[in-house]
Amino acid sequence: MVQYREPVLDATFAALSDPTRRGVLEQLGRADASITNLAEKFHMTLTGMKKHVGVLEKAGLVTTEKIGRVRTCKLGLHALDKEAEWIERYRQLWAERFDELDKIVEELKQKEKAHGQNKR
Amino acid sequence: MDKTKDSGTNLTKNNTTVERKSDRELVVTRTFKGPAHVVFNAWTKPELFQRWWAPKSFGVLLLSCELDARTGGKYRLVFRHPSTGEPMPFFGRYVEVIPPKRIVWTNDEGEEPGAVTTVTFEENAGETVVVLHDLYPSKEALDEGIASGSTSGYPMQFEQLDELLVDLEASMDGRTA
Repeated sequence: MVQYREPVLDATFAALSDPTRRGVLEQLGRADASITNLAEKFHMTLTGMKKHVGVLEKAGLVTTEKIGRVRTCKLGLHALDKEAEWIERYRQLWAERFDELDKIVEELKQKEKAHGQNKR
Repeated sequence: MDKTKDSGTNLTKNNTTVERKSDRELVVTRTFKGPAHVVFNAWTKPELFQRWWAPKSFGVLLLSCELDARTGGKYRLVFRHPSTGEPMPFFGRYVEVIPPKRIVWTNDEGEEPGAVTTVTFEENAGETVVVLHDLYPSKEALDEGIASGSTSGYPMQFEQLDELLVDLEASMDGRTA
């Protein structure tokens, strides 16, 4: 479950900065594929492709599943069920609200402090 | 720049967690760096409440905000979304208000009975843990809210998420510059 927004986005943007990885995402958008398939399509070694898939997987953009001897890759968003996706959006909504509330709490705290000092 | 440290601060700052506790319950938890009475005031005083309940990133405008935050009192919020222009009212009743510990309200704007929201404020060493608990009348009601992409009428949109991503990307560019 995606828990923290900004570090996740850092990973996402880092993952998307590479043209091969963007190509892999495009490919997986059309159909799931094994790492061997992907390596062939992108004229890469298996090890090289595993690394790229690993980066995408870490960013949550791709999920992989090993069935027998074949590791199949699919787009991460497809793996997120609707509820998890919704809960993440719901959490972001509250995080946005609460970041604003943080500012107000800080402001009120300062005001109280100043007020207390005036009294003394 | 120490980037590791930077994201570490963000982790503690944005520690809003959401959990589906049961078929009928959603729980949101967050800690604020201030005493309970201060946080409580921000939930019950309209002039403070309206400053954070609909942040700019939501893309909705809070047209009016009436809160009679007493046990038995009523509230009414009216939003407007620029894309529809239609005012969207949200209203209900305060079932219980115990300063600065607990607020319970109903969400009555829907056709079907809505969730009952309970917010508790627990102060510890100058910090306040806020737990918001939505209890839906049935599993179906919560599932339906999830399926339609909204709950308790909170306006939610993918475009807003997109905007947020753009903002964050911009701020990250600024950070590395």
